[in-house]
Amino acid sequence: MVTVDIDTPPARRRRKIDWSAPFVYFVALAVVGTAVSPVLYVIISGFRTTKQLNENLAGWPDPWTFSTYARVLFGADTLFWSQAFTSTVVAIGTTAGVVVFGVMAAFVIARYSFKGRTLMYSLFTAGLLFPVSVAILPLSIMLRTFGLNGSFLGVVIPQIAFALPTTIIILVPFLRAIPKELEDAAMIDGTSRVGFFWRILLPLATPGLVTVGVLAFVGSWNAYLLPLFVLGAGGTDPSGYTLPLGVQQFSTQYSADTAGVLAFTSLAMIPALVFFLFAERRIVGGLTGAVKG
Amino acid sequence: MATATKVGPAVTAGPTPAGATKKKLTNAVRKRLEIALFTGPALIFYVMLVILPIALAAVYSVFRWDGLGPLVDPTCIEAYAANGSQGPNYCNRFVGFENYERALTDPTFLGAIGHNFFIVALSLLIQGPLAIGIALLLNRKMRGRAVLRLLIFIPYVLSEVVAGLAWKLLLLPNAGFDSALELFGWKGDKPNWLEPDLVMWTMFAILTWKYIGFAVLLMLAGLQGVPEELSEAAQIDGASWWQTQRHITLPLLGPTIRIWAFLSIIGALQLFDMVWVTTKGGPNFASSTMATYLVEIGSSRQQIGYGTAVAVILFLISLVIALVYQRFALNRDLEGAVTGIGKVK
Repeated sequence: MVTVDIDTPPARRRRKIDWSAPFVYFVALAVVGTAVSPVLYVIISGFRTTKQLNENLAGWPDPWTFSTYARVLFGADTLFWSQAFTSTVVAIGTTAGVVVFGVMAAFVIARYSFKGRTLMYSLFTAGLLFPVSVAILPLSIMLRTFGLNGSFLGVVIPQIAFALPTTIIILVPFLRAIPKELEDAAMIDGTSRVGFFWRILLPLATPGLVTVGVLAFVGSWNAYLLPLFVLGAGGTDPSGYTLPLGVQQFSTQYSADTAGVLAFTSLAMIPALVFFLFAERRIVGGLTGAVKG
Repeated sequence: MATATKVGPAVTAGPTPAGATKKKLTNAVRKRLEIALFTGPALIFYVMLVILPIALAAVYSVFRWDGLGPLVDPTCIEAYAANGSQGPNYCNRFVGFENYERALTDPTFLGAIGHNFFIVALSLLIQGPLAIGIALLLNRKMRGRAVLRLLIFIPYVLSEVVAGLAWKLLLLPNAGFDSALELFGWKGDKPNWLEPDLVMWTMFAILTWKYIGFAVLLMLAGLQGVPEELSEAAQIDGASWWQTQRHITLPLLGPTIRIWAFLSIIGALQLFDMVWVTTKGGPNFASSTMATYLVEIGSSRQQIGYGTAVAVILFLISLVIALVYQRFALNRDLEGAVTGIGKVK
């Protein structure tokens, strides 16, 4: 109950009643509801037992059962943690490789003038048209030849290669935008080009590096086709699968355990969601900024 | 990386010009060295693991090969040639364009190409306008804008595998999706959303759910670049909200829309994860795409030659479309090579 004191000055008069506002909020609500409700359905249904689910697939948990989540998280034979670990290792390896090699190449493309520079840049940008699916069959044969099939390096190394085009395309304009005067000043002070790269360019480029790093990490974390061939078909034990592969395998192997599949799927969503909450600015800004060119 | 080049002993103790050339030379050498060292790792990775496999795909595609043994075995051919025979086909697996012929006459593969283009068309005709409409509506100061942006982007950050599995569960008869429809007033029997006639529409709906948040955010970012003064001026001149959007905002949003469309087309042509997880391309290839067909052929049936022919076709289709699109739609916005990132379907 709100009581208004008579002495209170009159509320600031509304400028003009905008009748479109409720409509806009309604659309916004509908969009958000559509985006979020499937995720919520899966997470909430994970708190129901398979018996409840068999009776009625759509329903509120009654009572809330935590045992399925507990089983997936802490059960004796659960693979969730080892698969999350593999995903983390693969994603960190990919990110590190892409950022280091990417910034080195982008530095040269952005700030050196030499014959073949444009060609090199075009070669990398053309990589956007080379999806993993086109290369996957010869790639898996190559990896088998080098004995990398079934190992996490067999996933990391090609992922670095396939993430390089995006990284270089984002970083080159970024590095080029750093004023030439800074470089000249550094040179006059006796720094070499490499010294300039280390001491001045890299610190200035940190926001760009974080953006490409985050994008590479998310890309690796969500990747499916390459792990499917390298780890899945490569004969790795499921404990060494990445999460997307592991979730898919779990859902086929234990398809009768509906509650288990729901819980495992929800848990597999959480790392990406948490990571997204922390890096939202970077991901959204990076994607939209990069696309705008 | 330290590249303190040693300056060699001054052998030619000539006048300064000679010394200057010498120094310039070492400087040029040093620059070359830096270029090689800095771009080397990226180039090696990229050429070895991206370019080479694609080139190999083109080579394998003219052989009938299961991925084991040599493509052409000279000793085998010689051994048979000694007997005056051509030898069995495992001596020489070269089959010319047979794999391509087979792919382009296989109704299943042609169907898969059709499914890819179905998604391309629906994305451009439905998903794009929908995203633009939502973005235009949301492009104003409103409460909870930040939260809104965060929430509509959630489906995009989930992996296609997890999203696909979630939808597989949601679409089970009488599960979440059906009961949501009940809630909105659709009583009675619901169709099986994954039956052959419906499965591609369902797939499109799932892809729209997953990728429209990205499209909306992209459009919103593009709208930031449209100066407010223009619409204000139009409004003062008596233009309605719709006229303002139609004649001022939309044309200025053109570059963003064209880039989104490009990403969407490329993504739809390469569609794999979502389909593989939800339907494996089934039932009976009713939802197969070029990529699921390729994986099915290449991994389950071990037909590497045929699978790579399919891969080359997929690549050529994307390339031609990208080049044509860039030539006729994007060249107004961009100079140089294909730009843009992100997976959008």
